Amino acid sequence: MAEAPVLAVRNLRKHFVQRKGFPNPVTVTVRAVDDISFAIRPGEAFGLVGESGCGKSTAARALLRLIEPDAGSVTYRGEDVLAARGGALKLLRRKLQIVFQDPYSSLNPRRTIAQTLVEPMQVHGLARGADALARARALLDEVGLPAAALDRYPHEFSGGQRQRIGIARALAVEPELIIADEPVSALDVSIQAQVLMLLKDLQARRHLAFLFVSHDLGVVRWFCQRVAVMYLGRIVEEGPVEDVLHEPLHPYARVLRDASPVPDPALRAALPRIEGEIPSAANPPAGCHFHPRCPRALPACRESFPATTEPAPGRRVACHLYPAEDRASVR
Amino acid sequence: MSAAPAPTGNGAEAAAIAEDSPAPRRGGLARLVGLFNANWTSWAGLAMLVVIVLMAIFAPLLAPYDPLDQSILNRLKPPSADFLMGTDAFGRDVLSRVLYGARISLIVAIAAIGLAMVAGGTIGLVSGYVGGRFDVAMMQAMDVLMSFPSLILGLVIVALLGPELRNLIVAISLTAVPPFARIARAPTLAVKERAFVEAGRALGFSHARIIFVHILPNVMSEVVVMGTLWLATAVRVEASLSFIGLGVKPPTPTWGGMMRDAFENILDAPWIAIYPGLAILALVFALNLLGDGLRDATDPKLRGE
Amino acid sequence: MIRFILRRLLAAAPTLLAVLTVVFLIVRVIPGDPALVILGDQATPEAINALRARLGLDRPLHEQYVSFLLTALSGDLGQSMVSGKPVIEELVAVLPHTIDLTLASLLLGVVLGVPCGIWAALHRNRFIDYAVRIVSLLGLSFPVFVSGIFLLIAFALTWRLFPVIGTADLNDWGDRLHKLVLPTIALGSVMAAYIARVTRSSMLQSLSEDYIRTARAKGVPWRVVVWRHGLRNALLPVVTVVGLYLGILIGNSVLTEIVFNRPGLGRVVVAALTQRDYTMLQGLLVIYCFLIVVVNLLTDLAYGFIDPRVKHG
Ligand SMILES: Nc1ncnc2c1ncn2[C@@H]1O[C@H](COP(=O)(O)OP(=O)(O)O)[C@@H](O)[C@H]1O
Ligand SMILES: [Mg+2]
Repeated sequence: MAEAPVLAVRNLRKHFVQRKGFPNPVTVTVRAVDDISFAIRPGEAFGLVGESGCGKSTAARALLRLIEPDAGSVTYRGEDVLAARGGALKLLRRKLQIVFQDPYSSLNPRRTIAQTLVEPMQVHGLARGADALARARALLDEVGLPAAALDRYPHEFSGGQRQRIGIARALAVEPELIIADEPVSALDVSIQAQVLMLLKDLQARRHLAFLFVSHDLGVVRWFCQRVAVMYLGRIVEEGPVEDVLHEPLHPYARVLRDASPVPDPALRAALPRIEGEIPSAANPPAGCHFHPRCPRALPACRESFPATTEPAPGRRVACHLYPAEDRASVR
Repeated sequence: MSAAPAPTGNGAEAAAIAEDSPAPRRGGLARLVGLFNANWTSWAGLAMLVVIVLMAIFAPLLAPYDPLDQSILNRLKPPSADFLMGTDAFGRDVLSRVLYGARISLIVAIAAIGLAMVAGGTIGLVSGYVGGRFDVAMMQAMDVLMSFPSLILGLVIVALLGPELRNLIVAISLTAVPPFARIARAPTLAVKERAFVEAGRALGFSHARIIFVHILPNVMSEVVVMGTLWLATAVRVEASLSFIGLGVKPPTPTWGGMMRDAFENILDAPWIAIYPGLAILALVFALNLLGDGLRDATDPKLRGE
Repeated sequence: MIRFILRRLLAAAPTLLAVLTVVFLIVRVIPGDPALVILGDQATPEAINALRARLGLDRPLHEQYVSFLLTALSGDLGQSMVSGKPVIEELVAVLPHTIDLTLASLLLGVVLGVPCGIWAALHRNRFIDYAVRIVSLLGLSFPVFVSGIFLLIAFALTWRLFPVIGTADLNDWGDRLHKLVLPTIALGSVMAAYIARVTRSSMLQSLSEDYIRTARAKGVPWRVVVWRHGLRNALLPVVTVVGLYLGILIGNSVLTEIVFNRPGLGRVVVAALTQRDYTMLQGLLVIYCFLIVVVNLLTDLAYGFIDPRVKHG
């Protein structure tokens, strides 16, 4: 690793305990995020992909402490995010921002765009009054909206425009890392590309690091340098985006790659039939969570969850096909 | 509403009106007529209310006599050119007392409901926002408070604290706190799940800022509509307490107190009871009309679609 | 059925306990020494201390609390500080009058309110609908003492149809009913106003449900649709709110009793307050809350009776 990471996540865990059912409620533990680790370098776009419900949003929220994680550590430039409180936490919140999936509920309908953009600056003492308004205007310009938007309310804007406002709000506190939780998946396909371009543009211009959450490998391939693949609360594979997509190590990553519309038809293969009970984070199969759907499952997969190994430099995988001592088995 | 035991008591009155939410399914014209009507009645309520408020403010200018001036010679006179509404047992002019009486009714109702709105609204907002066990405990406390009939609770509190303006206000507002807590909590539970609340936290906003700057405005309309309806209840409870003899002390004119005095002379001079009775009715009715119309106007079922 | 009742009672137990605690606290914590209040300013300290000891006020608060709970749960509400007679006896003596009035008013409310509400709902946005809505709003704007006094002036003083004074002989049913008429109208009309409004809106709600429309589309006559499908479902919320308003009714019976000079819990409350009869007051509050818990239980049962989806046991 060339540079020290901006954000390092180690063994982050978040389980939801729920009492479900009537009249005899049973306690269900949803292992939404189960010991995930990754690191993001300055200016890097790091992708987090996986099917819906695999725990991506939970991971994003837990590492920002929008929900309190159960275990693990999160450090921002060496500073412990999970232990921070008061002023220190507030300062961290400035540095780590988030853009939400749903542009309709992420803006307060009762606040004008000016109020929405100025408020974070005031709270963090970055600017006030006319100065803050000028900055808000500049932010709108940066995300491609006219200054006239300032006095309007969110309902006067389209989904794509709202998402731009959401991005401007995140930028208002001058963050170093933005967590984008499926930032375009709620938008019309025709709009998605524009918003992605904007994000890419901002990343380059402001030297922003991104944790880019998505279920769409194609988008991740275009936007990110590195990617982690999540399955039922765990990271099963991580590595440079080209390597992971071109030559996935983990069978699940392969399934995911094959299922997504990859530009090159030569890479597409028939989707393996998914059989058996559809697993959930509430009731994950023993051993490797993926084994019931895995085309290459070994007996060991039913027994224990595989340790994470590094079969090639910069690539990590959690799969029994790649035992720790046998590096030659890549391929 | 589920089959769970319903809290009985002071939540019910405003709930009765709030319960009544028509869902129009007719053609455009009939719906317009309906909305116009809703407007028409709430405008009527507003007009009546404005008249009564003006009466209260300009009572010194409008009243033909000093409301406290007693006159042995003019005891229990029926309505006449000199005394438009007659006189009471102390020879005081009933019209002047009715005009001044509006003051206590309005002051007590506005102060009590204002207090209840702030206290109950804050409890509902914070309880809904915090959630979990705290929320459960708070709502259970509200249920306990609601399981006393509001008039009885008001009665006991005023009687024990002493019948003073301040205690009257406290007692009435206490009986109205639980319904405001409930009405503020319900939308809070929904609003706090919206992503903009989480965005606020991610931006480092304090909980207080999120609750009062971001959630409160989204909850306000429900609370205000409820407030109008509860003003009506407060006017009625104040009048009732005064009638029982636990209102603001005589000789200050209050409508309920006038009814009480009149009741003692009802065999000889029934007219004394008519006018303050009508005054109470007019104010309560005006507030109910207004609240009912406001609720219709703010009902999303009526507004949207 | 029995199990259902037991479960509901058990669920009400914490509320009842909390209510008892609040009652205890209201009476103790509020300023003013009962002994001093009863004996007056001139009383000697010895006399006051003696009374305090007799009332148990000299014991620590938690001891008083425990003994209050134990006696209350065993149905013994202590003795009146004024008359010295057991509180429970005095309350049971007047309870029938209050229950007469409450039930009669409830009956009037249902008999008047439900048809009016249905009528208005079936003529939505026509004259009848507006008339019912405005008249019911007017009806629930009446403080009961105002409507009571107006009724008194009209029927007892002007036309002399009904008696002004209202202590009924409990054994003479004709007398009992005769004296119930005016108070019932005063109290029951408020109830009718509430019920009419709720019936109207829940009827409208249920008539707009899909299955009603389906039934209509299938050619089931309107009459049958309204009575067989609409009303049954419309009545569920009505039952809930009837239970809810019974509390208001019980509270407002105080005023009715004063206006019509009827004996009842309300009169006892006012007397206990003016005489500072703290044990009586405690007993009254306990009885009121007990009545409300019972009403809630009955509401639940009625609910289960109408709605087959609520399972018993
Ligand atoms: N607040 C919560 N309470 C209980 N379960 C939750 C909560 N939030 C998420 N989950 C569960 O956690 C799992 C992961 O959810 P999420 O992180 O939203 O997935 P993704 O963003 O990858 O679609 C899902 O099974 C979801 O039902
Ligand atoms: Mg998600």
